[in-house]
Amino acid sequence: MSEPAFTLKATGRLRRRQLVNQAMGALALAAALLAVAVLAIVVISVARRGAGSLNLDFFTQSQAQGFNPKGGGVLFAIVGTFVLVGIASLIALPLGVLTAIYISELATPRLARIGRMALDITNGIPTIVIGIFVFTVLVAAHGQSAFAGSLALSIIMLPIIARSTEEVLLLVPPAQREASLALGVSRWRTTVQVVIPSAMGGILTGTTLAIARVAGETAPLLFLTSLGVASHADANPFHPLSSLTLVIFEYSEQASPDYQSKAWAAAFILMCFVLFTSLTAKLALARYRKKLEG
Amino acid sequence: MAPRLVWLVVTVSHAHEGRRAPDEDRPVLEKTRGWLDRIGDPALKVITFSAAALSVTILGLITYELITGARLAFHSFGLGFLTSQTWDAIHNQFGALSLIVGTFVTSVLAIVIATPLAVAIALFLTELAPKHVRSLLGALVEMLAAIPSVILGLWGILVLGPFIQNQLEPFLGSTLGFLPFFRGPHSGTGLLTAILVLTIMIVPIVASVTRELFTTVPSELREGALALGATRWEMVRGVLLPATRPGILAAVALGFGRAIGEAMAVLMVIGGTIGIHLSLFGHSDTLAARIAGQYQGSSTNLQTSSLVYLATILLVISLVVNIGAQLLIKPIDRRPRRRRIALDRAFEAQGLSAD
Repeated sequence: MSEPAFTLKATGRLRRRQLVNQAMGALALAAALLAVAVLAIVVISVARRGAGSLNLDFFTQSQAQGFNPKGGGVLFAIVGTFVLVGIASLIALPLGVLTAIYISELATPRLARIGRMALDITNGIPTIVIGIFVFTVLVAAHGQSAFAGSLALSIIMLPIIARSTEEVLLLVPPAQREASLALGVSRWRTTVQVVIPSAMGGILTGTTLAIARVAGETAPLLFLTSLGVASHADANPFHPLSSLTLVIFEYSEQASPDYQSKAWAAAFILMCFVLFTSLTAKLALARYRKKLEG
Repeated sequence: MAPRLVWLVVTVSHAHEGRRAPDEDRPVLEKTRGWLDRIGDPALKVITFSAAALSVTILGLITYELITGARLAFHSFGLGFLTSQTWDAIHNQFGALSLIVGTFVTSVLAIVIATPLAVAIALFLTELAPKHVRSLLGALVEMLAAIPSVILGLWGILVLGPFIQNQLEPFLGSTLGFLPFFRGPHSGTGLLTAILVLTIMIVPIVASVTRELFTTVPSELREGALALGATRWEMVRGVLLPATRPGILAAVALGFGRAIGEAMAVLMVIGGTIGIHLSLFGHSDTLAARIAGQYQGSSTNLQTSSLVYLATILLVISLVVNIGAQLLIKPIDRRPRRRRIALDRAFEAQGLSAD
């Protein structure tokens, strides 16, 4: 085919429409680049300031004290974060999965809708309000403890786990369920031995996402376990324990540059953990969905 | 004690075996189903129902406890709490007005900046970006939502703050200084910093919800518009945006709810002063940040109760916003299953960012 001898060139109205189209495309591109640039700036500034203050001591020593301390680490803040998030998961995982099973497998459509709506609304409650709730219920009478913090975190995790589990239960092919029931297997055995194993991957990645989310929570912990000091070795959940997020917040309030560089280092550890966990969970979830949706 | 327990265990396990033993007289189905199967179904129902009931009750429990905890402050200040500007721990006088105003100013301005950005990002991700960069870019935008707010707050004080104080505010002051919003001494902390940090937090939330919405629009509609000669932008304006409008509104409501409830990042950058003023350069405070800032303990019961009162106001606002979002989404909920899943994922995205 030879090139046509003339070229089509838009003029007048068409030309204007095309220009508007291109301008809008350019704006959309700019917005996307801006978001990525902000992410890069945040990540790079945390990494640059944080990585410099990282050393082995930071992971293996307890917090140093004093006005402008040298050395010391955040070992017991890391331990505290693990205890807080661990107990919260132990409470929220069974409760969330059972709730999801009820909503997606057993409830009438009306009850299911109410349940879903309540979970979504709970998901939207500001976490500081959940912190105040646990404060009035538990801490006002019994004092601060890591357990109180875990309870608040578990309330935050619950709707996330329940909704993501419900979503993967919906994705389990109906044929699997029907085959099992047609063989005369009872409902609960079908649920426990067919549906849940099939949805297990999705449930676990949903839980991982919830863990990544609450590991970064600070606000609900302030009233519940902020008396915890990362300077002494303690992992008893009935004592107030410190956490990485609380350490970042406390250090950021200090004027001394040494505290600030430690805040950056703690932020770097937390950021790596949160981004790595949520990214892996997202990738796993995407692969899992593809597998189920076939 | 111990021998009795052993006896019990033995009896129970024998009973179990007994039921399972072949028994020619019973009907076939009865034989294949052990006792476990007969109690299994009701048990599953009861256990999962109790869990679901507990999960749903938490919402009511939170509301009840907060109202109870706020009773003391409510008796002392009544509804005047909402219209009083004082927050004076020494004279035990508390009021929420300037905090409510601060909350709305920061959240509304943040959502006003964030919405066009987020919709543009979603458009780029679904309509313009080459296929292989879509998922990567989408993941990057969602990573922004995953950064804990305490880290964004730290970044806000130590990196964004100095930039705002030395570059942005002098620039705004010299170009838009004739407006009362851009006057006053420059500061790295204050309303402007809080608004920008909130914008960074809610853009990815609104963007990922909107993006899910765009993917649910049937491609026939798109292709129809393009086949009629519409440019891509005309297709977006004429088909995509009208088809998803209620969903986008819901996404905006969700982002707004997130901004209202944000405590840490705002606490760290807003300066924490009581008072209402026009300038965006000045310090202010929000409901959530004020509550979080008082964690070191309040001196009196009345102050504690006033904090719970603040939390109750915050809860009521966020309930209204969230239920509003739900109702906006509801008409879409009846449409095909794929769309509902998309919305489920949207709610998941909302749950990404930690406070």
